[in-house]
Amino acid sequence: MSRFSPGDAVRVRNDWPETSGRRVHIRTPHFVRGREGVVERVLGTYPNPESLAFGQPGLPPQTLYQVRFAQAALFPDGTGNARDTLTADLYEHWLEAHP
Amino acid sequence: MSQSPRAQHDLGGVEPFASQPIDRAEHELTQFDKSVDAIMYLLSHPSRRLLRVDELRRAIESLTPAQYRDLAYYEKWLQGIHDLLLEKDVLHDEEVMLTCAAIREELMAKDKGGR
Repeated sequence: MSRFSPGDAVRVRNDWPETSGRRVHIRTPHFVRGREGVVERVLGTYPNPESLAFGQPGLPPQTLYQVRFAQAALFPDGTGNARDTLTADLYEHWLEAHP
Repeated sequence: MSQSPRAQHDLGGVEPFASQPIDRAEHELTQFDKSVDAIMYLLSHPSRRLLRVDELRRAIESLTPAQYRDLAYYEKWLQGIHDLLLEKDVLHDEEVMLTCAAIREELMAKDKGGR
């Protein structure tokens, strides 16, 4: 039922709802937006917290994924190992297929 | 990319937090911390559901920059809870002020009595 499976290449939407002037609650950290990663695990389907945060019922529910990124691609100035990875929990409506 | 329009709480990878060792020391909880935690527990309990944790996160993210910078962790919670209860019409400004004034009076009376 989930749109993506482990191993799928995805790109995080390069979207900045914070700048819309509307009040928003976003669970997608700024440093992964517009970046490419690989689905590590499907974590389940949950009410959408972006809606729950405003007292709404969180519908439609969203599938949550653990997505793996190369840390060096996210933080080019970082001092970590070149092979270090970072995983982030991201909801399906933030992900698009890549390429 | 360095100039991303991130929100004030979205601090991952941002100086001075980037590439810093993690402080793994346990922090002793104060009575204040425990009280605020209990208040949130009671308000969000399924039997009442006056607040959800997602709403609390949103309220904390919406604090003023000065509040976000200066308040301690559970102080942010309490300010967020306060703001949400006003927003949801559970509490009213006058009620909060009157209650605070009553508590202040009580404390002052206790202070005098103790001497």
